[in-house]
Amino acid sequence: MRKVRNMSTWIFTMGMVTGFLSLHLLFSSMVSVEKVNNSVQGIKPGTGHQDPPAGERDNKTGNDTRILCWIMTGPKNLETRTKHVKETWAKRCDKVLFMSSVKTDFPTVELNVSEGRDNLYWKTIRALQYIHQHHLDEADWFLKADDDTFVVLENLHHILSRHDPEKPFYLGRRFMPFIRQGYMSGGAGYVLSKEALRRFVKGFSTGECTHFSSIEDMALGKCLETMKVEPADSRDEHGRQTFHPYPPDYYIVRQPSRPRPWYLIYDHYAPVEGPGCCSDFVISFHYIYAVQQYVLEYLTYHLRPYGYKYRFKPDEKAQVNKTENINLL
Amino acid sequence: MLFLQLFIFSLVQHLYATMLSEGGSFIKGVVLGGLFCLVVSLLSSFSSVTESNTDDHHHHHVKAASKDELKHFSDGQLLELNNRIQVYCIIMVQPKNLVYWATTLDTWSKHCDKPVFYTSEASKALEAIDLNEKDDWSRLRKALTHAYKNAGDLRWFFLAQPTTFAIIENLKYLVLTKDPEEPFYLGRAVKSGELEYVEYDGGIVLSYEALKRLVQVFQDEEKCPEKGRALWKLSEDKQLAVCLKYTGVFAENGEDTNGKGLFNTKSVDSLIQDSMRDNPTDVVEGCCSDLAVTFNGMSPNQMQVMMFGVYRLRPYGHDFHDLLTFYPPEGSDND
Repeated sequence: MRKVRNMSTWIFTMGMVTGFLSLHLLFSSMVSVEKVNNSVQGIKPGTGHQDPPAGERDNKTGNDTRILCWIMTGPKNLETRTKHVKETWAKRCDKVLFMSSVKTDFPTVELNVSEGRDNLYWKTIRALQYIHQHHLDEADWFLKADDDTFVVLENLHHILSRHDPEKPFYLGRRFMPFIRQGYMSGGAGYVLSKEALRRFVKGFSTGECTHFSSIEDMALGKCLETMKVEPADSRDEHGRQTFHPYPPDYYIVRQPSRPRPWYLIYDHYAPVEGPGCCSDFVISFHYIYAVQQYVLEYLTYHLRPYGYKYRFKPDEKAQVNKTENINLL
Repeated sequence: MLFLQLFIFSLVQHLYATMLSEGGSFIKGVVLGGLFCLVVSLLSSFSSVTESNTDDHHHHHVKAASKDELKHFSDGQLLELNNRIQVYCIIMVQPKNLVYWATTLDTWSKHCDKPVFYTSEASKALEAIDLNEKDDWSRLRKALTHAYKNAGDLRWFFLAQPTTFAIIENLKYLVLTKDPEEPFYLGRAVKSGELEYVEYDGGIVLSYEALKRLVQVFQDEEKCPEKGRALWKLSEDKQLAVCLKYTGVFAENGEDTNGKGLFNTKSVDSLIQDSMRDNPTDVVEGCCSDLAVTFNGMSPNQMQVMMFGVYRLRPYGHDFHDLLTFYPPEGSDND
């Protein structure tokens, strides 16, 4: 009798364990399926659209708008500034060269010039000579930028597509003083056509251009004027600026009507303060350090209002004629 | 811990088992074991030791619809949704915050279908609905009640302070396929002890049904008193969560299709800085969603720059084939 009793108890216990375990397994498998679903969705990489790689750009920009970016930097800025430029917009240049006084694995090009503001024009001259000697055929346009400039390459391509790189042109933020035809702000970045680059280098080899000043942008402007390179208008179809020597808040913030602040004094075309200052298709801002490089990268290439129909649609209908406003001080 | 409890129960049950008859004892065992498992699971789900990761049947995340999901709608249906979705913005201002008030008025609030400013006291400089109430919680209750009564056809409500910057188009995208007759209470959802609530700084989204229940529970002095019962004052966003909880409405985190939070209580600069520290090789990708709805803690000038950065600045030639269409507001020049 005892044996049978133990047997049935044993069977009963087995039954209980079976019942318990099966239901427990059922519950936990339901929870883990949900968890797996949630985590699978989370693992998917960002759907933010991909930038088309440089080689496969929109046909609208044409195939003779290869841009070589040469970025003025120095050994002490590589970690704090240049690194972030390299991580963001410099990737979109067809070719990029980091110009320094020291050769490194960054990689940087060694120009035989020491750092410092007094040597800025020497550095520029050597940089352009270097590019002319080694990289002339690799690009159609040559963009100068600093390690604290932020550039939107696509917008530069867009503006350059209406110009011929075999003609002597250069573009940037046009300033009016000192040089009759004006000159382009160094800080905002400027672009030389291939022909303009040839003429600059030729100017120094024939002695028509000399190092007469260390003020790089103005001196370069003088040389280009001598070599009959024309300054082009870089503003958009509504007359709004694309190159900016200062960060966006200097321009965009609404101001009461007032005389030109000091940072707008040199402008060749009458500057506008507030939302009308700047084109939607901005090309550059300056004094953009580390964090701000990524902030602008995020705002330009990532953050957007879903479904929004932008106001400025230059490809549609007739363009507004922009008038030249040359203000005399 | 859970397994320990179960093991103990099993042992106890074994003792009782010896008393039952042998016939069909296996079946009885299975049934009893199963019942026990049920009881134990139910008990553990009520206990305060629950891992907060296991969801209740109230899901904690609300995700924007993916492109695939949207493709299931016909063009006509999408258009209908597109046009029907309208947002009533409840913006809580004060004269001491005048610059932010003015900035919000001039920037993101223009993209609300109905932006309404509610102030603690009247200002000579700017117009708003004067609630004439200094107490933050009382004022909030009044504003929400007013909004509910004046909703008209609008079914989505966005509550924010003027120190927040919002992108209403992205808010609409998030709630596009959600039914406002269901209670939704969304934003940046965080937990404080047992209470899950939406942080005020990141903006608070309420569906019509949620607001309706909230306004009703305002009448209940027991559950949702006008003057806080506790010795210490709960912040308004926590207070809101407590009241909503009584009506069966729970805070949910608003996310994009990849699970990235859409509501931020920090500025873009601050989030990028965090990302530079945490993802130095992938700063922008590791930072914030492309379709973020809110940021907080930006200066008024930075908010003006944001208008440019969000609504205008872009690379030529990058086109998106979005399934919705939102037009720029009339009479505005900074978007």
